[in-house]
Amino acid sequence: MPSRVQALKLFEPAIVRRAILDSFAKLDPRHQVRNPVMFVTEVVSLLTTCLFVQALLGHGEAPAGFILAVSAWLWFTVLFANFAEAMAEGRGKAQADALRRSRKQLVAKYLAEPRHGAGWAPIPAQMLHRRDAVLVEAGDIIPCDGEVIEGIASVDESVITGESAPVIRESGGDRSAVTAGTRVLSDWLVVSVMAEAGETFLDRMIAMVEGAKRQRTPNEIALSILLAALTIVFLLAVATLLPFSLYSVKVAGQGLPTTVTVLVALLVCLIPTTIGGLLSAIGIAGMDRMIQANVIATSGRAVEAAGDVDVLLLDKTGTITLGNRQATAFVPAARVREEELADAAQLASLADETPEGRSIVVLAKERFGLRGRDVQSLGATFVPFSAQTRMSGVNLDGRQIRKGAADAVEAFVTAQGGAFDGSVRASVDRIAKSGGTPLVVADGPRVLGVIQLKDIVKGGIHERFAELRTMGIKTVMITGDNPLTAAAIAAEAGVDDFLAEATPETKLRLIRELQSGGRLVAMTGDGTNDAPALAQADVAVAMNSGTQAAKEAGNMVDLDSNPTKLIEVVEIGKQLLMTRGSLTTFSIANDVAKYFAIIPAMFVATYPQLGALNVMRLATPASAVMSAVIFNALIIIALIPLALRGVEYRPIGAAALLRRNLLIYGLGGIVAPFVGIKAIDLLLELLHLA
Amino acid sequence: MTALAVVQLLIYLGVIVALAKPLGLYMARVYEGRSCGLDRVLGPVERLLYRASGVKAGEEMNWTQYAIAMLLFNFLGFLVLYMLQRLQGVLLANPQHLSAVAPDLAFNTAISFVTNTNWQNYSGEQTMSYLTQMFGLGVQNFVSAASGMAVLAALIRGIVRRTASTLGNFWVDLVRSTLYILLPLSLLLALALVSQGVVQTFSSYKKVPLVEPTVVDQPKLDASGSPIKDAQGNPVTEKATVKEQTLALGPVASQIAIKQLGTNGGGFYNTNSAHPFENSTPISNFLEVVAIPLISAALCLTFGQMVRDRRQGWAILAAMVAIYLVAAVVVVSTEQHGNPLLTKLGADQRASATQSGGNMEGKEVRFGPAASALWAATTTGTSNGSVNSMHDSFTPLGGLVPMLMMQLGEVVFGGVGCGLYGMLAFVIVAVFIAGLMVGRTPEYLGKKIGAFEMKMASLVILIPPAAVLLGTAVAVATSTGQAGASNPGAHGFSQILYAFSSASNNNGSAFAGINGNTQFYNFTLGLAMFFGRFWTKIPILAIAGSLAAKKLTPAGAGTLATHTPLFVVLLIGTIVLVAALTFIPALSLGPIVEHLQMLAAAR
Repeated sequence: MPSRVQALKLFEPAIVRRAILDSFAKLDPRHQVRNPVMFVTEVVSLLTTCLFVQALLGHGEAPAGFILAVSAWLWFTVLFANFAEAMAEGRGKAQADALRRSRKQLVAKYLAEPRHGAGWAPIPAQMLHRRDAVLVEAGDIIPCDGEVIEGIASVDESVITGESAPVIRESGGDRSAVTAGTRVLSDWLVVSVMAEAGETFLDRMIAMVEGAKRQRTPNEIALSILLAALTIVFLLAVATLLPFSLYSVKVAGQGLPTTVTVLVALLVCLIPTTIGGLLSAIGIAGMDRMIQANVIATSGRAVEAAGDVDVLLLDKTGTITLGNRQATAFVPAARVREEELADAAQLASLADETPEGRSIVVLAKERFGLRGRDVQSLGATFVPFSAQTRMSGVNLDGRQIRKGAADAVEAFVTAQGGAFDGSVRASVDRIAKSGGTPLVVADGPRVLGVIQLKDIVKGGIHERFAELRTMGIKTVMITGDNPLTAAAIAAEAGVDDFLAEATPETKLRLIRELQSGGRLVAMTGDGTNDAPALAQADVAVAMNSGTQAAKEAGNMVDLDSNPTKLIEVVEIGKQLLMTRGSLTTFSIANDVAKYFAIIPAMFVATYPQLGALNVMRLATPASAVMSAVIFNALIIIALIPLALRGVEYRPIGAAALLRRNLLIYGLGGIVAPFVGIKAIDLLLELLHLA
Repeated sequence: MTALAVVQLLIYLGVIVALAKPLGLYMARVYEGRSCGLDRVLGPVERLLYRASGVKAGEEMNWTQYAIAMLLFNFLGFLVLYMLQRLQGVLLANPQHLSAVAPDLAFNTAISFVTNTNWQNYSGEQTMSYLTQMFGLGVQNFVSAASGMAVLAALIRGIVRRTASTLGNFWVDLVRSTLYILLPLSLLLALALVSQGVVQTFSSYKKVPLVEPTVVDQPKLDASGSPIKDAQGNPVTEKATVKEQTLALGPVASQIAIKQLGTNGGGFYNTNSAHPFENSTPISNFLEVVAIPLISAALCLTFGQMVRDRRQGWAILAAMVAIYLVAAVVVVSTEQHGNPLLTKLGADQRASATQSGGNMEGKEVRFGPAASALWAATTTGTSNGSVNSMHDSFTPLGGLVPMLMMQLGEVVFGGVGCGLYGMLAFVIVAVFIAGLMVGRTPEYLGKKIGAFEMKMASLVILIPPAAVLLGTAVAVATSTGQAGASNPGAHGFSQILYAFSSASNNNGSAFAGINGNTQFYNFTLGLAMFFGRFWTKIPILAIAGSLAAKKLTPAGAGTLATHTPLFVVLLIGTIVLVAALTFIPALSLGPIVEHLQMLAAAR
């Protein structure tokens, strides 16, 4: 898969440099106040810094060096959290810069009248408005998002999609949308402007990757509430320790009350700084991973919703099956030779440029060595497919050879005075039941037989659906086929359900029904007639190759126009939630070890027996406090790669996933700080800092 | 732990689980408004009550109306109880001619009984008239329990209903809880207790001659009635010979039955269920200790039945039983192990044919350490608070566990109704974290857990510990607060911490050493009880309202199952971790250091 954005290394030096600068800029309390956990950390860092100044002036509650060391590491804690956020943003910013370069000052050829050949004047692209018409010629960059109203041209869209092969854009139909920033390679187009300047797809894309419009998602808000509640609990537990300590010193008659510096150190160690510091980085990184997968989401909410999807609606054609049906067999009618049928079928298809038509010619050649003939030289006239007749074919030497759907051909044959025989009808039913499409061939009133067209199910798709099933996601195939054909293909592909003879209305109705049953529905679409369903679905991925209407109705655009991308989108959504949950568990589990480090250090002078709780055998009370604070700061840095990459998702079912993550992040979260704090303490001792 | 204690514990839990299922299913019928059998007899009474009070039983309430009705009812209950105490001197049924209760004590007691706490800063037989006991305290014993059960019923309906705005009718839930559940069970238990010798009479106290006159040291009083102190400030005593004793009587059995069944815990007598007239025999002891968690345990299964997935009820009950089992084993073994300081002095504390062994200070000889410790774990876990031994005299670890059981938020069985709704708040938090960990927006029983539910569940979990910590901090920082603790050193701190843990979590049990009947403690503990009760009930109703309005998300393979052992473990972990992280610093300055000091001294 070609990638628009070259895969950035996790710690790209340029990004790291910028992130370091940004982490200082983010110390601004107006920025911090949005994150209660880190805001508390910043406020208490400021408090200990004041205590340090007081100590320098000779009224210190503890040695100035100790207060300085604690303050410094508290500031580091805040800076490390800022750094994590800046790193996540930095990757987006780097990508936005690349996009912005492609949006240089564009000049539009403004048409006085919306038709080719009308006079034009150059105006800056920013001055274009909705429904203005512009002319774009070979070599021009398209100045706006719009709809082609005249002309056909090849367009290089690599700036958006990364795909270097040019695509055709033409008026009418589903290939009429053009995007600002792309380049016309040949011919010309008249484009009607569909988006005001600043609201084009490119603009939205830049805003998204930069995270400028990032709003907190529902789950993120709920988690923030939990983190704030925990912060309040710990604030109370620590603040009340001061009177408890004063009382204990009084009744025990020895030791000194705990210092504010140590209380602050304990507070910062206990409040969930690990998840608090990484929370926004995780959210931004989730969007970033979406972009790496070449999917542009219009909101973080959509990314998060992707993780919750219960039902996936997939178009049959192009997603489950290869785009085209192929002829696989000729089934002659009674008293007709198979070769005669093949010959007529080939004649009827020679001028038929559809993939199905071509596959009939190929099959005829494979089976009977029938060579391609030139229709013109035979003096034949081609009868193209029309919605009225629903048949195509040739008129040749007075023969009327037709191929088409069974009922259409039956009507044709009956009109000519012929009749459908039972064997043909049986073949038609058998083919339809097996998932094929029967095409009946007739020569005037005489029915020759049936061509079996078959949908070819994409390789590996069966496994993908099985995977989705273990993820708890139901797949529904959407097709215009009749129910018999649909059922057969559905069985072959392994989808859970199907909607046959689908129309835009039935699609919309299906989505509404599923949603009223409490399910979250995802779908992909590209055509204008998909737009209502896309707008109704919870997660709607529009194909970039699709129409403007589809892109506007969806909440994600897949630049690769790959319908199976939905599966990746769901995984990214799940990863986002899992990373948050796992790091929250880890963060809270860490607190156990920190208590064992700091509580004995705090009170050992008052109650020497509490030294028994110093299970890590940390060198001195001061080194114990320092080790816990340093561990607490460093763990944020250590977890940045995990926050940016996300916790790995495996389709192994909810229970197994929970067991696995509880073991790694819950149990691991309890054990890791015991090891880490002890190691830091040993190091401090070694450096004679203990 | 002796083999006998193990057998006792297992039989006890077996009986509770065996009784919980039928009772739970019966209560589900009561709250679903279906026929429960008793309604054939009591139905006319129920309808009469509605007609007399103008309640339209068919009218449902949304969560705010429900909360307002609940608050209004409890406020009126508070006023009536306060006035009864203040006016008891001039009212009926007062054979001992007890005078009006002091305003601060009456305030504390009224809040205490309305909030189902039953913290008692008074000695029942010397303070409360029969009228106050029966029409004040006894009535609140029923309706404060029923009001907790009503809130739970509303929460369950919130979980069950889809896109609904109402949660039922508070008055109906209150009446049905009382009439069909609490009254009949109390009647049965009271009769059983009377058969064991628990008294039930309106006669005045009896004076009886002592078999053997006894000589006691009595403080010498000056003319004004205050004790004379010597130069060191110690009271001067004189010898006195006592020849007769006053036996306090009263309508005890009826009060004790609801005190245990309704997880109230307020004793008729000062010494509560250690008193032989409240708890006479090992059989009455067993009946009472079974009655304490019975309804709370059964409500788990009521919940399972009402959500039409009994496994959910069993899972929550399993989490409760698991935590209880650990707590009970720790208390029983530490109490049976005795005090190492006495062992060092040569005292024999081993269980044998002639003695129960273990730490016997503050325990009734007829119960011994095992039955006392078992009761302690039960009464503190269930927000009951009645005692059959003095927790103040337990070994440090034996005292730590009851304290921690309260600090868990009273969810290990917990109070009737409030135990399970508190537990469900923890379930919401556990489900939230677990849901995120499996990559889905968290949901419980098909209802998505959003920011609002998290906010309210956080309040439910946050407020009681906040009240414990702040109350304790104020008490140890002020001289009036410090004066209440009877012991110096770390144990004094434990006493204060225990008092606020008990009040804020609406338990009501006390480390007997603390003197709570001062203006300071009457007021601060009263506030703690108020916040602990109502500031959790309101957010619970808010959650119920919000969940009821949601639509149901059908379960699939990606849905986290909440009835599995894995989830039970996670739930237990959440409860224990929240309490441990909140209280470890405070506990380490109280019982933990006491324990370490004891070990150090015994070495």
